[in-house]
Amino acid sequence: MKRIFVYPYILWMSVFIVAPLLIVLWFSVTATAPDGTVFTFYHFTRFFAPAFEGQPFFQRIYIAVMTRSIRLAVVSTIVCFVLGYPLAYALAKFYSHRSFLLFLFMVPLWMNFLLRTYAWLTILEQNGVLNAVLSFLGLPTVDLLFTDTAVVIGMVYNFLPFMVLPIYTVLRDMDNSIIEAAQDLGANRVQVFLRVVFPMSMSGVISGLTMVFMPAVTTFVISNLLGGGQFILIGNLIERQFIHVGDWHFGSAMAIILIVIILFMMGLIKLIDRQPKEPDGATVERGTLY
Amino acid sequence: MIKKAYTVYMGLMLFFLYAPIAVLMIFSFNYSPSRNYWGGFSLRWYRDLFNDPHIPQALFNTLVIAVLSSLIATIIGTIAAMGINSLGRKTKSIIIGVTNLPVFNPEIVTGVSLMLLFVFGIRVLGFGEMGFATLLMAHVSFNVSYVILSVMPRLRRLDGNLFEAAMDLGAPPMRAFVQVVLPAIRPGIITGALLAFTLSVDDFIVSFFTIGPGVNNLSTLIFSMARRGINPRINALSTIIFIVVMILLYIINRRDSKKRKEHLA
Amino acid sequence: MKKFILGVALLVTLAISFTGCRGEEIRVFNWGNYMDESIFAEFRAQTGIRVRYSNFGSNEEMHTRVTGGGGAFDLIFPSDYMIERMIREELLLPINFDNIPNIRYIDERFFYLPFDPENRYSVPYKWGTLGILYNAVMVREIAGDIVVDSWDILWDERFAGNIFMYDSMRDSFTPPLKRLGYSLNTTDIDELTAARDMLIQQRPLVRAFLGDLVKDSMIGNEAALALVFSGCARFSMGHNSDLNYVVPREGSNIWFDSMVIPRGARNQAGAEAFINFLSSPEIALRNTLYTGFTTTNWATLEMLPDEIRNDPAFWPSDEVIGISEAFIHLGEFTAVWDRAWVEVLATR
Repeated sequence: MKRIFVYPYILWMSVFIVAPLLIVLWFSVTATAPDGTVFTFYHFTRFFAPAFEGQPFFQRIYIAVMTRSIRLAVVSTIVCFVLGYPLAYALAKFYSHRSFLLFLFMVPLWMNFLLRTYAWLTILEQNGVLNAVLSFLGLPTVDLLFTDTAVVIGMVYNFLPFMVLPIYTVLRDMDNSIIEAAQDLGANRVQVFLRVVFPMSMSGVISGLTMVFMPAVTTFVISNLLGGGQFILIGNLIERQFIHVGDWHFGSAMAIILIVIILFMMGLIKLIDRQPKEPDGATVERGTLY
Repeated sequence: MIKKAYTVYMGLMLFFLYAPIAVLMIFSFNYSPSRNYWGGFSLRWYRDLFNDPHIPQALFNTLVIAVLSSLIATIIGTIAAMGINSLGRKTKSIIIGVTNLPVFNPEIVTGVSLMLLFVFGIRVLGFGEMGFATLLMAHVSFNVSYVILSVMPRLRRLDGNLFEAAMDLGAPPMRAFVQVVLPAIRPGIITGALLAFTLSVDDFIVSFFTIGPGVNNLSTLIFSMARRGINPRINALSTIIFIVVMILLYIINRRDSKKRKEHLA
Repeated sequence: MKKFILGVALLVTLAISFTGCRGEEIRVFNWGNYMDESIFAEFRAQTGIRVRYSNFGSNEEMHTRVTGGGGAFDLIFPSDYMIERMIREELLLPINFDNIPNIRYIDERFFYLPFDPENRYSVPYKWGTLGILYNAVMVREIAGDIVVDSWDILWDERFAGNIFMYDSMRDSFTPPLKRLGYSLNTTDIDELTAARDMLIQQRPLVRAFLGDLVKDSMIGNEAALALVFSGCARFSMGHNSDLNYVVPREGSNIWFDSMVIPRGARNQAGAEAFINFLSSPEIALRNTLYTGFTTTNWATLEMLPDEIRNDPAFWPSDEVIGISEAFIHLGEFTAVWDRAWVEVLATR
């Protein structure tokens, strides 16, 4: 009888998730011709087309932008993971005021996203806060703003909490008796971590990777502000088409290409995850958040 | 020893997260309207903030949208999650796959596609316009997925027979839900609601596309200012918000630890 | 829990009551920070009309919002080439000038401009030029006694890492096109390609492509040279006395932002009343002092102190106006420009 709960949701889902995507798909394969709307794959071929005969694939302008976006997103995701896992572990295992500490990591997200990113400008500038501190300490100054590094810092800063949260949740709920059992069986700390704790936290890790990679690969605000408009990413391309150029068909085609690539990357991440399947076969829930 | 090392690490991370906010707060006291030039200490932006015609309205919109959208999304999401949980394997995986889409989808695509949907809907219905209502719907629609994905694992862990057993023992469905199911999935619901609230407050891209004429939330207001100069009043506002949140957090934390102590005693 | 529900109920009622209180109103869509918003209260006191105000960041964004549907504005402030496009797309309503007696304060030279040849759809609001904002001290340190009067300096390798370009396609293409002696509205693929290659050649020298940020960055001595609008230049110069503004001798872009009433407006009379209000010398003066952008109102100009009137960043000489060119809508060719621009940005 609980099944009736699902029907309203299916309706909701069709209207607010499926229908909008179908509209985007529609735009991506149509064009406005003088005599009405026509079907075409022109927008897709345009994306992959070379500028001149025999231009190497990865040097083609839109492909180059795409690969750069993916590279920066992967770097940011890895940095978030390296910084975030120990943090989640510490939060879950060592402190009594866990929820308070967790809140401390969430609060920055309630300050406006644009403002937080703007604040980094003030920090990273040539005559900014960071260099003022460095020169005060007698250290050489750095010129980070408007570089790749600044974009990565901005992404890590904005998305780190999304890595910490899911990993923390999994670690917190982990049954400590399993760890104790492993210790009783003579495993040392490193072994316990590598063989027991880490594999068991895999579902959280995967949600974390997903939740960081997604926004990182599609952002256009961070690359605009901290990259000084020089690190044009796929998100910028899509935004340009919708807002500045007004070619919604090409923009939609780019969006579809991006979605396909993201689904492919998600498939890759899933391959890493070798956790045994749940008895009810709930493998689809690997992307589980909490 | 290890705990100490972790504490140091945690301190560094907190510093990393809060340094930009500190900078933002310091510059709210800057007399000069510049972002990087210190013109002396002043409270002028705080005074201006109270006379500003738009910022309070934008703040109000942001908060109302965040509270309502997370509340509605939590209700829809929790009910939907229970329904989904009772489905067979195949339908379940399809529905969860679709539910995942807004999480995977580039925000900009979500924003644009919702805008197209609303425009289309308004044309078909022949009335209404983009504004507060469409913004709310847009926020609910991306929040629902996050709630469902937070509640599902809890439900999965819950013994499905528990609910039926409670009803067999004569509990009406509502009571069986409130007394048996709800406590078990509460952590999932709370994280879902919290996440929904956070995402709503933090959202810029989806709002940007689904907001209508004459309506602004903080993100869209700040973005439109950004092109020709962010007004430091916004820094002043953020400072106030930050301090209020921190005080609330402190109070809650104190009450919690007091409770915990009473509980132990 | 009960308290929580009560709180939510309260919020909902508040929200409804907030959106519910409507008298006569107009919906105004303008650039961010392009008007002293405290004048709204006075307008309401005079006419009883409430101003609902929202902002856009670029002409194209505005166009997307207005044509995307979903809601109607009563008054918009697009730039020249966008007005031309909107007239062509039949998105604008003719203005009833009988409702705008203050039009007599607007300088006649801003009427019948090429983007609105019949002068039916727009009332001039602000205008200005595009030029180079430079830090005289830094320029002297880097290149000695060089005179900044040509776009060439943006290609001078001594200024590597000391140049900010503008994060906007048409404005960034202005220096190379003028340097090559081409029109800013070229639809010739070879001319465009030459300009693009010139921008690509410039890439290693450019520190960043900035939007509004350029103002703060120049005030903070972050670079020696920047491509900026005259109004932004004035703002920056007010905070850093080392800064100067010049419109290069090869010529540049002259731009106009005007007020238009879009088709579908619900309160055309209210919008016209607001145009009239904005065109009064006192209100135009307040907006001019607030934004730093040049007014189109001759009566306001006479009220300004000499130091502002004689500032070339505020009031360009007739000579500068003579060599400047306004933007025209590029039509279908926009997509070609866009690709060239993406190629400039994506080349590292």
